[in-house]
Amino acid sequence: MNFKKTILDPLFNNNPIALQILGVCSALAVTSKMETVLVMSLAVICVIALSSLSVSIIRDYIPSSIRIIVQMTIIASLVIITDQVLKAYLFETSKALSVYVGLIITNCIVMGRAEGYAMQNGPLMSFLDGIGNGIGYAIVLIFVGVFRELFGSGSLLGFQILPLASEGGWYQPNGLMLLAPSAFFLIGFFIWILRTFNKDQVEEE
Amino acid sequence: MSVKKETPARTILVTLILCVVCSVLVSFSAVYLKPIQEKNKKLDIKKNLLFAAKLIENLDVNEKQIDQAYQKIETKVIDIATGLYSDQVDPSGFDQAEAARDPELSKFIGADLDVAGIKKRENFSKIYLVKKEGKTQQIIFPIYGKGLWSTMYGFLALAPDFNTIRGITFYSHGETPGLGGEIENPRWKKLWIGKKVFDDDFNVLFDILKGKVPQGVKNIDNKIDGISGATLTCNGVENTIIYWFGKDGFLKFIKNEIKNRRG
Repeated sequence: MNFKKTILDPLFNNNPIALQILGVCSALAVTSKMETVLVMSLAVICVIALSSLSVSIIRDYIPSSIRIIVQMTIIASLVIITDQVLKAYLFETSKALSVYVGLIITNCIVMGRAEGYAMQNGPLMSFLDGIGNGIGYAIVLIFVGVFRELFGSGSLLGFQILPLASEGGWYQPNGLMLLAPSAFFLIGFFIWILRTFNKDQVEEE
Repeated sequence: MSVKKETPARTILVTLILCVVCSVLVSFSAVYLKPIQEKNKKLDIKKNLLFAAKLIENLDVNEKQIDQAYQKIETKVIDIATGLYSDQVDPSGFDQAEAARDPELSKFIGADLDVAGIKKRENFSKIYLVKKEGKTQQIIFPIYGKGLWSTMYGFLALAPDFNTIRGITFYSHGETPGLGGEIENPRWKKLWIGKKVFDDDFNVLFDILKGKVPQGVKNIDNKIDGISGATLTCNGVENTIIYWFGKDGFLKFIKNEIKNRRG
């Protein structure tokens, strides 16, 4: 039992996006603005942590023939609740996130952690594992989001940092950064940097 | 993994309990949060209305500013078929979305007229007048129609000549984000301002092209750039305009108003 390791490992050593290559689709979709990044990250952290916790609590009662469906049901319910809460309290952001909140259901990280970790481990550890993986996901999203918003719109969290040429400044925004493919490059760079420091993550040829 | 033996009865029992628990949680959150969500939605509609009328600069305003700006707007109800103001319906209590579903307050649109793909339309519609010192500055019409995937709801603001577009906005739709969803893009909505819905004889000429509007093309005032990757959604928007400003839509009202003004 090592709480610290459970939480910290998924951040860099076993990052869900960078090493397990899960949840890439939403990392492309929601990262053009920091605001949506932060809300999406929070939503995913909540859903992973709570779904891992719930799956772990009832893991001894889940018949293994329907375990995937059981996990899906739990995850789907949590995602719907999250979506409802966002619509009630963060209406604007939830409009910007549109379908992607609902698509947390299909985020492979959530399912992967429920099936791969929570089914074998106790509730507390599963909960921490969920939080750790959620934060690991959030780190990549924030990394990508900072670059995309800064170079794509010249702002961070809506505050103008680089004055835009179209509004009398000097910065000519990079349109590619606002499109989803730029996130591919950025995630690639993130993995490259990560593997420069963590040599054991490099796959053998 | 499970400690007990797996039997069909147990599997069904677990499924049942799980489903009941999950559905209770989901319904509880939906019911409990509904009033707040409804309030948000209403506020969002108001905000979009103000935005279409350019009474607010951007969509980043708080409740108080919305209510304040909203005071400049006068809501009226018109009978779409006769094109006259109606006092049968009280504008404050009139739920137009509800009326569009109510068989007594709506009518079926014949297939030949139904370019917007909405099948039914309400008999009465709210319209919103923006007044300044007693003079009408803008008239805002609620419009909706089918896009590629969903019904798109929005507002179109016209100048007092009932032809020049002052603003457009869509507050609810389910089009693909990044493609059809770009109908919400402020830069695209800006292109609408100053364009014209009709030709000189009040036939709808409005047209969303595929790609950019070429320089020097005929009737350039009626044409708007399409959104790339969203041709079908744009067709939906165009048809929505054609329907709502055609003879089954607001055209009668518009003609009446123009006649009254001359007379």
